[in-house]
Formats: sequence, structure tokens, C-alpha cells
Amino acid sequence: MFTNLMDAVRAAETRNLRLADVALEAEAKDQGRSVADIRAALLRALVVMRGAIERGLVGDLMSNSGLVGGDAAKLRTGPAGPLAGTPFRDVLARALAVQEVNAAMGVIVAAPTAGGAGVLPAVLTGLADAKGLSDDLLVDALATAGLIGAVVAERASLSGAEGGCQAETGAAAGMAAGAATEMLGGTPTQAYHAVALAQQGTLGLVCDPLGGLVELPCVFRNATAAAIALAAIEMALAGVTFAIPADEVIDTMGEIGRAMDVRYRETAGGGLAATPTGRRLARERLVQIKKS
Amino acid sequence: MVSLLDIIGPVMVGPSSSHTAGACRLGLLARGLVGGTPERARIELHGSFARTGEGHGTDKAIAGGLMGYRPDDERLRTALETAEREGLAYRFEKTSLDEETEVHPNTVRISVERGDRSSTMQGSSLGAGRILVTNIDDYPVEVHGNHHTIVLVAEDVKGSIARIAGLLADNDLNIATLRLTRKERGGDAFMVIEVDQEPPVAVRDTIRDLEWVRWAYRLDKVSG
Repeated sequence: MFTNLMDAVRAAETRNLRLADVALEAEAKDQGRSVADIRAALLRALVVMRGAIERGLVGDLMSNSGLVGGDAAKLRTGPAGPLAGTPFRDVLARALAVQEVNAAMGVIVAAPTAGGAGVLPAVLTGLADAKGLSDDLLVDALATAGLIGAVVAERASLSGAEGGCQAETGAAAGMAAGAATEMLGGTPTQAYHAVALAQQGTLGLVCDPLGGLVELPCVFRNATAAAIALAAIEMALAGVTFAIPADEVIDTMGEIGRAMDVRYRETAGGGLAATPTGRRLARERLVQIKKS
Repeated sequence: MVSLLDIIGPVMVGPSSSHTAGACRLGLLARGLVGGTPERARIELHGSFARTGEGHGTDKAIAGGLMGYRPDDERLRTALETAEREGLAYRFEKTSLDEETEVHPNTVRISVERGDRSSTMQGSSLGAGRILVTNIDDYPVEVHGNHHTIVLVAEDVKGSIARIAGLLADNDLNIATLRLTRKERGGDAFMVIEVDQEPPVAVRDTIRDLEWVRWAYRLDKVSG
């Protein structure tokens, strides 16, 4: 697999291919598997993603602690806001839905991680469904997203315990932005800028879940990361570029993660977890988990 | 090397790829060290595993892995309750493993016993469900669990690698990586062999029967 996103962009553009093509080719070579086999595995992931979205949108799930649940459905049934009826609102609903399923120990696809699992399915299926795109294109988009995530894993980190939330929902936003930009007809270079535009908007984001549970703010952070991805896609497709190359933005994420105090790396020692309300809720809810 | 399918995956029971799925995989590998569900397991949690493991179901995931449940098995939710029925007595402790070198924040040391076998391994969950076992029975190793793996301890005799490699080739098993370590010259050699195909039990038994092999185990492919 590539360790440098620009190498992948060059490899694709010199041969007039998409990032999805070079990603599938590299994976097939690395793993000694056929492209068809890898596509089949990605299609299975897509099916689980869609299942999690549907399950979450029912709106009856509650997390172990009772801290989160039922909000995805509000975006379907609640009062209209300025973005009602647009893919934007639907993407937010889907991101919340997947994370509500995750928090209830339901089955999801960790892409790249479970804590950031809502962003990619929400952005990709939300936009594909709005545009009537095929599952084939969605599978391609998952390959592109996997390529971007693999580069982030090599150059920085995909672990909140190592790099904060910028390494989880931040990385997911970069993956979703690059993949969706290409899925919607953008060039590899446009996808590259979309990654940079999304990832720069999440730099420094800490991982501060209440009581260490992947619930609050994680569920909502998936929705806001999806929104950042949508902003990046819109800008990249309009021809907006970002002067710092995506690879260097990813390196920056890694550098910030390494410098981040341990309180902000999934330990529930700082941030929202350490607020008076955060501490109180965690105390009450963890007692509840032990009793159940 | 990172696989695309490690990133778009695993399909798993929530809520955390590092604290739930990765933890489950570490439990699955520890299970392999004693060839089945351990009768006793001491699980020492370090760093973020110790601080936030409970809320993430890390305890359920490791216990489930020790019983052979995979990361997408919904039985993980109730693994602590079913452990007794499965004959697993577990004990969780919180510890700090930072000594001379800093260890990864999501690290666990698992000591398992089954019949006359006992073993201790240390491993970390690196994020996105990826794991790395760094130590087995005080031998430094690198096991990622994305291959079928044979681990063995042998007397440091000449030709041992050739013999084992030949044995694997005879059984149509292709070696992906082979790593040999020993604590001192002439001391026991520790081999970690990652193979592309699942080695039959008979191959492990043949390796075990070599007179200079002290013990050998097959570890499942738990990732990828």
C-alpha cells in the first residue's frame, strides 16, 4: 500500500486512472488476492454499513449508560431547520445512527475505527443515494477511503489514545472527503485537496469521552466531522485547493497527536470528560453499568 | 504493511476498535498459547486500557477472545457472565508496564493456564483493530495476528531453521515471515513463523515431536 498520498495521485493520473483503481491494484499485490475478492469484501462492509444506518434510524436504541441514543431519528422526524430536505441533514442523521448502534454494542464497520465509524458510511451513502449512484461506485469509494486511511495509519495514527479525536473522526473526515470527491467525479488531485481541506479542519481535536465511553461527545463528533467532510468536498469540487499538501497535513496531525497531553487521548482525564457535568454524568452512568 | 481491509474494517461489535475489537484479538492470540480456552487467566491492563477499559467493554472483549469469540460475535456483550460456564476463571488487574521503555497506551499482559501449559504474553492494540504482540514468555516478538502463526521454543541447535522450513514446505505451507530470537548464545531459540495457509494440527504435533523443540503452538489468524 502507498505511504504517501501524492505517490498514489501521480500513479493514478499518469495512467489516467482513479485513486480507487490504484488502491485496489496495490492491495491485490500486497495481499496476494484478486481485485474481485477485495471488492467483494468491501461490498460486505458496505452492506453492514447500510444495516447499521437503518438500525440506528429506527431510534429505539440506548447506549449501555443511557447517555446517548435516539438523536438520529430526530433528524428524520424532528422540526425542519435551514438544511432540511438537503443531503446535508440526511448525512448528519446517518452519522448519528451508526454511532448510536456502536454505542449500544451493535455491529458496525470500524472504518477507520469504531469511534469514527459514522462519518464514512454517512457521507458516502448519503451522497450516493442523493445522486442515485450505484453500489459499484460506493465500493470504489471505500477503496479510495481505505487508501487514504492506510496512509494516515503509516504517517500519523488512527488511534484516539495516541493522537486524539483528530486521528479518529478527523482521519475519517479526510477519508470520506477524498473518497466522495472522487465518487462525485473529482480528479485524484481534487480528492487530494479534499483530504487536506477536511483534515486541516480537525487538527488539534482532542479525545475526551465522558467516563472513557465511546458515547459523548463521540456520537455528535461523527456528525460534525461528516459536516467538515461535506464542506471539504464542496470546496474541492469547486476547484478550491489547499496550499499545504495533504501528506504534510497528515504529518501535522501526527505531530500534534504526539505532543498532546495524555489527558486528551482517550483517558477521560481532560476536556469535556473533566467538566463538572461530565464527571457527574460519568460517575452516575458507570455505577449504572456496574449494576446492570 | 497496512492493508486496505484493515482500514475498512473490521466488522465488529462496538464500541471501540482499539478497546473492544483489538482487545478481543489479543485475547484470541493468548488463547492460542495454551491451545484452547484457558482455565485461569490473569489480565493486567495498562494505560488507557486500565483507565477506560470498563466503559469500552475491554474486559468483556478480552474474556470473549480467550473463549474463542471473534470481534464480530455479539456474544461478546455477555462474555463475563458466560465465562464461568465455559470454564474460564479470570482476574483483571490494573498495572503500569512502563519500565525502561515506554509502552503503547493500550497494552495488556495476559497470563493463561490450561492443563499443564501456562504462558504469558504482552500485546498492544494499535488502533483501528490492529494489534501487536511484543512479548511471549519473556521473548521479544512481533506478532500482528494477520497471518497464521507458529511459535516455538527450541534448543539452539544447528540446522533447526532448515529442518522446520523443510517440514513446512513438505506440508505445502508458504512462509511469509520468520523471526528467530534467543536470550543468549547457546540458549533457547524462539521462533515466530508466519505462514500464508492454516497449518494443520498434525504439523504442529510433528514440530513438537522434534526432540530439540521444547514446545510449539499454532496461533490463529485473528486479523485481516
